Amino acid sequence: MMALALDLLSWIFLLAGAAFLLIGAIGVLRFPDFYTRLHAVSVCDTMGAGLVLIGLMLQGGLSLVTVKLLLIFYFMMFTCPTAVHALAQAALQGKLKPVVEDRES
Amino acid sequence: MSKLRHTLNLALFLFATWLLLSGHYTPLMLALGLLSTLLVVVLVTRADLIDQENQPILIKPSVLFYWLWLGREIYRSNIDVAWRILHPALPISPNIITVHAGQKTELGRVTYANSITLIPGTVTMDVDEDTLIVHALTQAAATSLKNGDINRRVCDIEDIF
Amino acid sequence: MYITVSVVILVAIAIGLVRAFRGPTLYDRVMAVNMIGTLTVLMVAVLGFMTGRPEFLDIALVYVLISFVSTIAVLRVVNTSNDTTEDSKQ
Repeated sequence: MMALALDLLSWIFLLAGAAFLLIGAIGVLRFPDFYTRLHAVSVCDTMGAGLVLIGLMLQGGLSLVTVKLLLIFYFMMFTCPTAVHALAQAALQGKLKPVVEDRES
Repeated sequence: MSKLRHTLNLALFLFATWLLLSGHYTPLMLALGLLSTLLVVVLVTRADLIDQENQPILIKPSVLFYWLWLGREIYRSNIDVAWRILHPALPISPNIITVHAGQKTELGRVTYANSITLIPGTVTMDVDEDTLIVHALTQAAATSLKNGDINRRVCDIEDIF
Repeated sequence: MYITVSVVILVAIAIGLVRAFRGPTLYDRVMAVNMIGTLTVLMVAVLGFMTGRPEFLDIALVYVLISFVSTIAVLRVVNTSNDTTEDSKQ
């Protein structure tokens, strides 16, 4: 009974994570300019990856597998903002003008 | 002789990581782990990279609480950004703001900038001493960042590093 | 069920490839490659669970770090060559 509940919970996490990955990818395709697309990449990297990894951890149980997944999660949470920030800064230095909208809408 | 202590610290940390990740405890594997630890330590010493900055630090409870709080913020703004992506009219209003970072140490400022980037809807574009240039996806994200809630919390956990 | 998740990840990778081919500026392409790197890590992890071989996780662990370093390296090359104008015509 307990195992079944855990299994169900992990599937919910995995499917929600996959949905967020897809939403992030759609955002990368839909958003109008480079700097707004970075936000969609952020969605993919934090929520999508986090939920999928948590779902896999629930499948792994208390073992070495979970420790490794936790390490992947940890590294991802440190490297992803750094990579996104490096992209934004490089584009800013490469004189790529951001589209800015004023007060309306 | 703090250099020797730092080197030993690093070697112990590396070997512990090897033990944790390998999962095989035969003599051959242990010897190989010891060898690779030595190789890394020799390389790092030759590159003269050993100082206070690359020491493995222990994580204090208040940092854990900060991470939990950050996770909740990330969850909230993810839902918001995901809704905006799927909305047929794309209700976004991108803008650029500058915020002040009130942290004293470099590590505190890095933590602040990385937290801003990690939350979808705001991306740190450039850091100049203690002002950050931030690209925000919506006006709402920009105003909530200007309230300085993250800034205050990073200042609170900063002094224990 | 793992198959569902991996198919969704493959679709997301395909969308990322579309952005990488289309992407008007060089930075869009690098960004798409960065996102595909993240998706690949997750794909490898899910595949390891699907085939019941936990060794795949070690590959995923290494790939996280390599994809980060490669993004930073590509950006460094782009910015030091500082001739990005011919690709960035919106």
